[in-house]
Amino acid sequence: MEFFRIRKDIPFMRHAMVFNIISLATFILAVFFLATRGLHLSVEFTGGTLIEVSYSEPAELEPIRQALAADGYTDMLVQNFGSARDVLIRLPNRDNVDSKSIADNVVATLGRLGTSAPELRRVEFVGPQVGKELASDGAMALLLVIFGIVIYLALRFEWRLGVATIIANLHDVVIILGFFALFQWEFSLAVLAATLAVLGYSVNESVVVFDRVRETFRKKRGLSTLQVVDHAITSTISRTIITHGSTQMMVLSMLVFGGETLFYFALALTIGICFGIYSSVLVASPLAVWLGMSREQFVKPKKEKQEAVV
Amino acid sequence: MNRYPLWKNLLIGLILLWGVLYTLPNFYGEVPAVQVSSAKATLKVDPAALGGQVEEALRSAGIGHTGFFSDANSLRFRFAGTEDQIRARDVIENTLNPDPQNPSYIVALNLLSASPNWLTAIRALPMYLGLDLRGGVHFLLQVDMPGALTKRLDSTAGDLRTLMRDRSVRHAGITREGNTVVLRFRDAEQRETGRRAIQNTTADLQLTDRDDGADDLKLVATLTAQAQQTMRDFAIKQNITTLHNRINELGVAEPVIQQQGADRIVVQLPGVQDVAKAKDILGRTATLEVRMVDDTPGALEAALAGNVPFGTELYTERGGPPLLVKRQVVLTGDRLTDAQPGFDGQTNEPAVHLTLDAAGARIFRDVTRENVGKRMAILLIEKGKGEVVTAPVIRTEIGGGRVQISGRMTTTEANDVALLLRAGSLAAPMEIIEERTVGPSLGADNIAKGFHSTLWGFVAIAAFMCIYYALFGIVSSIALAANLLLLVGLLSLLQATLTLPGIAAMALTLGMAIDANVLINERIREELRNGASPQAAIAAGYERAWGTILDSNVTSLIAGIALLVFGSGPVRGFAVVHCLGILTSMFSAILVSRMLINFIYGRRRKIESVSIGQIWKPDNQ
Repeated sequence: MEFFRIRKDIPFMRHAMVFNIISLATFILAVFFLATRGLHLSVEFTGGTLIEVSYSEPAELEPIRQALAADGYTDMLVQNFGSARDVLIRLPNRDNVDSKSIADNVVATLGRLGTSAPELRRVEFVGPQVGKELASDGAMALLLVIFGIVIYLALRFEWRLGVATIIANLHDVVIILGFFALFQWEFSLAVLAATLAVLGYSVNESVVVFDRVRETFRKKRGLSTLQVVDHAITSTISRTIITHGSTQMMVLSMLVFGGETLFYFALALTIGICFGIYSSVLVASPLAVWLGMSREQFVKPKKEKQEAVV
Repeated sequence: MNRYPLWKNLLIGLILLWGVLYTLPNFYGEVPAVQVSSAKATLKVDPAALGGQVEEALRSAGIGHTGFFSDANSLRFRFAGTEDQIRARDVIENTLNPDPQNPSYIVALNLLSASPNWLTAIRALPMYLGLDLRGGVHFLLQVDMPGALTKRLDSTAGDLRTLMRDRSVRHAGITREGNTVVLRFRDAEQRETGRRAIQNTTADLQLTDRDDGADDLKLVATLTAQAQQTMRDFAIKQNITTLHNRINELGVAEPVIQQQGADRIVVQLPGVQDVAKAKDILGRTATLEVRMVDDTPGALEAALAGNVPFGTELYTERGGPPLLVKRQVVLTGDRLTDAQPGFDGQTNEPAVHLTLDAAGARIFRDVTRENVGKRMAILLIEKGKGEVVTAPVIRTEIGGGRVQISGRMTTTEANDVALLLRAGSLAAPMEIIEERTVGPSLGADNIAKGFHSTLWGFVAIAAFMCIYYALFGIVSSIALAANLLLLVGLLSLLQATLTLPGIAAMALTLGMAIDANVLINERIREELRNGASPQAAIAAGYERAWGTILDSNVTSLIAGIALLVFGSGPVRGFAVVHCLGILTSMFSAILVSRMLINFIYGRRRKIESVSIGQIWKPDNQ
């Protein structure tokens, strides 16, 4: 079986402008949603109490809300979690309320409410001081990834490729965040981890393409830079699609079987993988060309000698 | 050209065998067990003697155990079923703790791996499951360092008063103001004497003069930076020790109590279901203070009217009237060596019997001698809020360091107060800033979900690879399985905590690891397409792909390390597995798959074709 039967190099670079405009438009939309709607941050970031309970039969949410409101709780979120029998209650932190009593009180209230008392599945309480640190740690992690990757690519290849790659992939990150803002999906620590993992992963794409670019520059003479890039993308496209397809199969399996907890994690990965293929190949390459990538940067006399020995 | 030297094959084989060995314990599941640990700091568990004693008791009761393990702090016995386990617990309890009021050992129910003893002997243990997979409670506690500093300065002020009195230095008052202790003097000479006295006794205080008037000379004492640092280190260590003692009283099987950052402590209690009780014991950051009651006529009335006299605080006695307590601390919980619940000899009321150390006993004797007829208050400070447990009248000098607290307590309260005090007081108050409770059913669900995600994802990838790349696809799938095997083996060996995000990382890493094999296989196809001989194509495919695989894995690893460095909680669990997975995938995707391919094709000098699926060649080439 062979999916990709390509006779000639596909002229990707002829349409580079179109790809970049599409990217830019998506990027601006993502930023717009982030700015207007904001992220729906999980308790880990905002601080607060999260209580998951399980009933033996489908639970009515409205009486729960009313009972909690009667107890004096405000700004709470009551929703089904995974199935109609599981209920998730989220309460914000309040001053002068002892955190340790909240969960016990809520469970007591729910117990009085219906015919059967629910089973307490999970309680998460996060104090206000933790959330701020998480946000700054997340930002530090992102910075470390960006600089780490740029420096590595600059050493292994060329700084232009490093910069082009990181711009292309950061735009993926913003788009993932944009999706989470648009649909108000919950942005948790796991999603943050997925986002950064996807950043490292889709950089691979650019690396594979640039690896080919370097090889083609060294091997084939008489091709223009654009032709070299077209050749590199075309000859790696089957690998790109198959690899991403395989990874996506795994992620899909998490989407289907992973339950509510892994759902958003897998969702972030899915968006990241889809946009990752596109941006790391079709956005990073034109960017590198526009930044002034050329044959001279790769074909150094010294290097060629080494190649000959190998 | 497609042959590995013998040593390389052997080495790969050995590593895979090692992976199998360390993965094995994960398949055996868990069996009921009973854990015995010491209830007293002074009592050490002696595996040989104690183990023999327990085995003897079990034999006479007719209960057979299936394994006996010991480590530095505890003994563990495995049993065939829960029925045996419960019976054995009772037997062991009766044997080791003849006096239930004063247990020497804690006997708790536990689960142990059912893997054979020879595996345990080579330290092959099942993966250490996080709380989200096995259920339990996780707390993050913040130690109140400013509170510890205040407390330290309060006691410093008391020490200085004693010092000034001993050296007959006349002063006009010693008070704590913010983070300093201020000593007032009427003339410079006395101040100089005072300064020399302090400097001769301690190096922890930094002294500066401050003159607010001719007859209002002050000496301001602050803790040196080094003393503050020592105090912080001490506070956190003391608190961890205290938590250990308290948790031991709960009888938790494998508690985790660790320092995190400069002023935080993580507590994880796997399998604990009675969360309220655990939180109660932990969250009660009680410290004991003994202070004098201010019975000056009219002072209490003034305080109730909102005008609290200087140097005193208004408290309410437990279940009794309000009373005015001096700020000056006579004695703190640090001086306490033991606390036991019991009953008052005369009234038969529930009471707590305290034992003080030598210094505490001396202070207590002096204070009671000087204050006969006055009242003293015993305060429990919880989360910055004090409560007067009792405020008895001092009838006589109390020497010998044995003190009894009684009055308005139930038996349970007496037990709880004694437990709190006995477990050692905390050096600084603590507050729970993060809490996670996971019920056991959710834990089991999470394992099932994580397992199914990984399984079906793996099956889908393997099926696709086998169809698309034929024999090379089968080899790739075997390499991917080897990757999973090594990853699980490595996680078991390191005993890194596996969480649900960790399982997700495992799945994701497998999904990403196949990239290396796709790169290799595509390269080989390309070489074949360009007319290379099968043997040359295989060699070139692996060689050319190597650089690309390295680059792409290094970039992934950079992201993984960033998460490891800056991540906490679930992110760290993800990052550990992710990073390890990248390392094992490089090994398995390149070396294991190459070894298999070498076995298949490398033996023959010339081969006609390679089973790597259809190679399509463009007509015009």
